[in-house]
Amino acid sequence: MIAFHAISKSFQNKVVLDQVSSVFETGKISLVIGSSGTGKSLLLKCLLGLVMPDHGNVLFDGRDLLHGNKLIRTEIRKEVGMLFQGGALFDSKNIEENVRFPLDVLTTMSPIEKGNRVNQCLEQVGLPEVHKKMPNELSGGMKKRAAIARAIVTRPKYLFCDEPNSGLDPQTALKIDELIAKITYDSQTTTVIVTHDMNTILSLGDFILFLQQGQKAWEGSSQTILKTDDPALQDFLFVGKFKELLMR
Amino acid sequence: MIKEFGSYLLFLRAMFGNPVPWRMFWARVSRECLQVGIDSLFIVCIISVFIGGATCIQLASQLKSPFIGKDFIGLAVRNMTVSELAPTVIGIVFTGKIGSSMASELGSMRISEQIDALEIMGVNAHNYLVFPKIIATVCMYPLLVVIAMFLSIYGGFLSCKFLTSISPQLYVSGLRSAFDFYDIQVALYKALVYGFLIASIACYKGFHTRGGALDVGQSSTDAVTNSCIALLVADLFLVYVLFSHRI
Repeated sequence: MIAFHAISKSFQNKVVLDQVSSVFETGKISLVIGSSGTGKSLLLKCLLGLVMPDHGNVLFDGRDLLHGNKLIRTEIRKEVGMLFQGGALFDSKNIEENVRFPLDVLTTMSPIEKGNRVNQCLEQVGLPEVHKKMPNELSGGMKKRAAIARAIVTRPKYLFCDEPNSGLDPQTALKIDELIAKITYDSQTTTVIVTHDMNTILSLGDFILFLQQGQKAWEGSSQTILKTDDPALQDFLFVGKFKELLMR
Repeated sequence: MIKEFGSYLLFLRAMFGNPVPWRMFWARVSRECLQVGIDSLFIVCIISVFIGGATCIQLASQLKSPFIGKDFIGLAVRNMTVSELAPTVIGIVFTGKIGSSMASELGSMRISEQIDALEIMGVNAHNYLVFPKIIATVCMYPLLVVIAMFLSIYGGFLSCKFLTSISPQLYVSGLRSAFDFYDIQVALYKALVYGFLIASIACYKGFHTRGGALDVGQSSTDAVTNSCIALLVADLFLVYVLFSHRI
């Protein structure tokens, strides 16, 4: 479980996050949604300690990431997997080395055990034959899958995904969603996804946190989101043709 | 500017916390040594031979006084090469090649979130990415300078032999006269300092890139400009300090 309280962050007197609090439950997929520039990715970075918030705290199963000692921070970091928007695979390493990298850094596994775990993860994400390929030889969807393999290789308790579907066609996006859902429910990870993809919102949102202008504007689930009477959330969800169809 | 310098010092200090496993670290240092040393060798060799050759021809064309022997050309080429041309001029070329490459590599890693990915994994990105580059440059640059010294002097020799009327024997005799090993020592001290400055400034600029592809280019340009200035300031300072007993 990840609980965060009163997270605030300003840049040069401009408030980007303002007293955001919530709880992301274990074994569930929590989504952070909102228009561009509302602070979703920044919230994710604050939760991970990549950006230090001005106020607030973040508890990973009761352990304070931001104000805890170095040992606690290192311990939490070892339990976190992160899928970046562009994959963030290391250009200078092939896919096998990319996926093995967290094992090299964080574990004391033998080379054979590492190799087996890498194979297992690449098979799990549907990429059994790309070991020696470089990241620039893969398509966008394959890069995302390889990045997921790297994120889950250490069996993280917490999985963070920053817009996992951006730049992908709807079918590939759906496959990525299914993969994340399978990993979450099979391994009981606490998964947090920043997205504005409607399919993801409606299919994966066990819990949804809606941000508007850096503040928490609504929270609920995919079952309740379409019934919302929050005007800001309605404006975010129902736009263009989708809105016209609903009006009819 | 003071704030920037403070930030640079903090950046350097961050290299020493939370080190990555030794085996990974040294693998990275070896890779960087190859990249910094081997990849720069060709350009260093070419520039050194031509600079030595051109210096020799210029000296030969300007040395009109009958009171100065022609063997002085060898001595002058040697001293110019050892004291300035090899460490400093090669340093500026090296900054353009290796400094810009380091800054753009780290800048690209920063904007594509690869550095964030390392930090999420609990890896000290300063220690894993920056420190090996600095160690590699500090180790390899003095070697390149030594090679540049030999090749510049040899370039002068070739010029004497094929392009001027000065006999190579006179040139060699000049090379052997009034030799002071302290000059070589000073050149190596300079090379160590320049290696550190080039790598650390380039890495600092690359590491702090924000934005997109244009900003990577800007970081690379800044890295070269700032390194060149730092190099020339350090040159003046080192020469003044190390030769203070002679002036």
